[in-house]
Amino acid sequence: MAQPRSGRLLFWCGRLVVVAVLGFMILPAVVVGIAAFNAKALLSFPPQQLSLRWFVNVFTYEDFQVGFRNGLLVTVAASSIALVTGAAFAFVLDRYTFNAKRVVEGLLLAPLVVPHFTVGLGFLILAAQIDMSRGYGVVILAHVVLVLPFVLRSVQISLSNLNPKLELAAASLGARPGRVLLTVTAPLLLPGLFSGWLFAAILSFNEFTASLFVTSQQTQTLPVAMYNYVREYADPTMAALSVLYIVATATLLAVANRYLGLGKVLNVEHTR
Amino acid sequence: MSSIPVDAETKVGAAPDLAAAARAQDLAVRLDGVTKRFGNTVALNDAWLQVRRGEFLTLLGPSGCGKTTMLNLVAGFLFPDNGEVFIDGALVTDVPTYEREIGIVFQNYALFPHMTVASNVGYGLKARGVAQREIAERVTEILAMMKLAGLEDRKPGQLSGGQQQRVALARALVIRPKVLLLDEPFSALDKNLRSAMQIEVKEIQRKLGVTTIFVTHDQSEALSLSDRIAVVSEGKIRQIGTPQEIYRRPANRFIASFIGEVSVLRARLERIEKSEAVVQVGAASITVPAGPLAGQSPGITVDLFVRPEQLCLASGDVALEGQVATTVYQGDHVDLYIDAPAAASTRILMRLPSHDRVPGAGATIGLAIGGHDATAFPAVES
Repeated sequence: MAQPRSGRLLFWCGRLVVVAVLGFMILPAVVVGIAAFNAKALLSFPPQQLSLRWFVNVFTYEDFQVGFRNGLLVTVAASSIALVTGAAFAFVLDRYTFNAKRVVEGLLLAPLVVPHFTVGLGFLILAAQIDMSRGYGVVILAHVVLVLPFVLRSVQISLSNLNPKLELAAASLGARPGRVLLTVTAPLLLPGLFSGWLFAAILSFNEFTASLFVTSQQTQTLPVAMYNYVREYADPTMAALSVLYIVATATLLAVANRYLGLGKVLNVEHTR
Repeated sequence: MSSIPVDAETKVGAAPDLAAAARAQDLAVRLDGVTKRFGNTVALNDAWLQVRRGEFLTLLGPSGCGKTTMLNLVAGFLFPDNGEVFIDGALVTDVPTYEREIGIVFQNYALFPHMTVASNVGYGLKARGVAQREIAERVTEILAMMKLAGLEDRKPGQLSGGQQQRVALARALVIRPKVLLLDEPFSALDKNLRSAMQIEVKEIQRKLGVTTIFVTHDQSEALSLSDRIAVVSEGKIRQIGTPQEIYRRPANRFIASFIGEVSVLRARLERIEKSEAVVQVGAASITVPAGPLAGQSPGITVDLFVRPEQLCLASGDVALEGQVATTVYQGDHVDLYIDAPAAASTRILMRLPSHDRVPGAGATIGLAIGGHDATAFPAVES
């Protein structure tokens, strides 16, 4: 028996809404992606002629080259420092009970509620006091503070999914603490540590607001270089760079998914 | 239910004596006056325990009684506030777990999820620096013994519950531990598998002769597996003995009601003669151990603890008369719940073979108490 007309109408309207929402979500990326191939020095849509010249510009523009190198340096340094620090704190918070536990945890997570420009401004003022405002140190420190909460949470979740009996079992079998750490604890925490590092890296590489305060001409990261670029030019170089960003991130996540499972990397799966 | 012949010494308590000192080299594990506190809670209070070499000893008690704490002290996962721990005659109170040469099987097995069965089982040997080839040989040997051959390359997640348990046991046994610790290892298994595994574990334990300390709150498990049972409550060992001793000569009211099923009858103390006392229930005189009644004067009311299988139908000099409230068919036997307000404040449970003629609900019956296994304790006001 045929559905009543109102039912069919509702069904098709529902589909339309879903398609519209999904389309809307990727629309900006699609528009920018197409605009990147415009041959003219205009951010117009749709392009009249196609060209790869803006991609060439991305790779040859010196500030972007410097910004990319700086960004990579800051990202690797900051997320690695954050990983070690965050993992250590997560371990302490997971294994020990002490009076100020809540306070410590709260302080470590505080950057989540402090605006990035506040962190940037604060570090700028402090760095100026000790004449450090021109170096990489202050940039890296600011990034460490900003990404630490994400690393901390990620490792905390992995730790709480780790059965403490496993370490006891290993000890009972004659493994010294160092061996237990290397053969049991670390391998089981690895996906969590990696996901924490990856999140930190992506956040740090994209971080703009705080970086704007703490970077100089020599130490500016890619997002800051991009900002300075758009203040001067309004050509599709930005769009080309966006396409590269999207491709790079998607590749990274695909690789992570292939080798570790995205569920584990994003900590949405319980591994126990 | 057949009655069990009275045997050997009933050794209650485990305080050190001269005989124990002479047997010191036969002891695999010794706890000497061990106390352990967690904050303000005393988990173990001056506990003494001696485990003989090769025996299967069960720590039995309700949850929170301290039995797991005792196991953790032997394992070295915890360290006592007072007292000493010995394994194989050596003082290990401050020795870390990894130097104690123990094997342990946890409730959820705690297999390493990222390692294969073979790596799990070989872990302890590798930690000891055993040569690769010997590891392979010993792992193969123990896996064959545990009926796990062919599963070497599986991960724990790909195994059934019973297989995981066997891997855990193989992993603990392959290092030839001085003592095997079992921390409620059967409670995660379903009922059929559980009894099969219990028999298997018991057989392997006997074959290897490994000293085993088994922690459980399940009294039937304890009765069926153990060479000796230590009943633990409120941080102390209340009684230690063979399953028969614990079941037939419980040292106190708690043990009498915790292990097996029991009905409490009101009785009157007639007299005490050396190691035996005689109590009067209705027209019947029952002989019970004098120990629990020491110092009580004749004429006082005592509580007589009787097992369901000790009660039988009778006429003439009956211990008590009562009315059948309910009968419950159990296959090989029938449980009868009897109201006898004159003799007991709660319902009395008796057990009859199901092929006998069983009185129906509402019938008035006379009961006699057979055997020598009843125990009496001074009455408590209720």
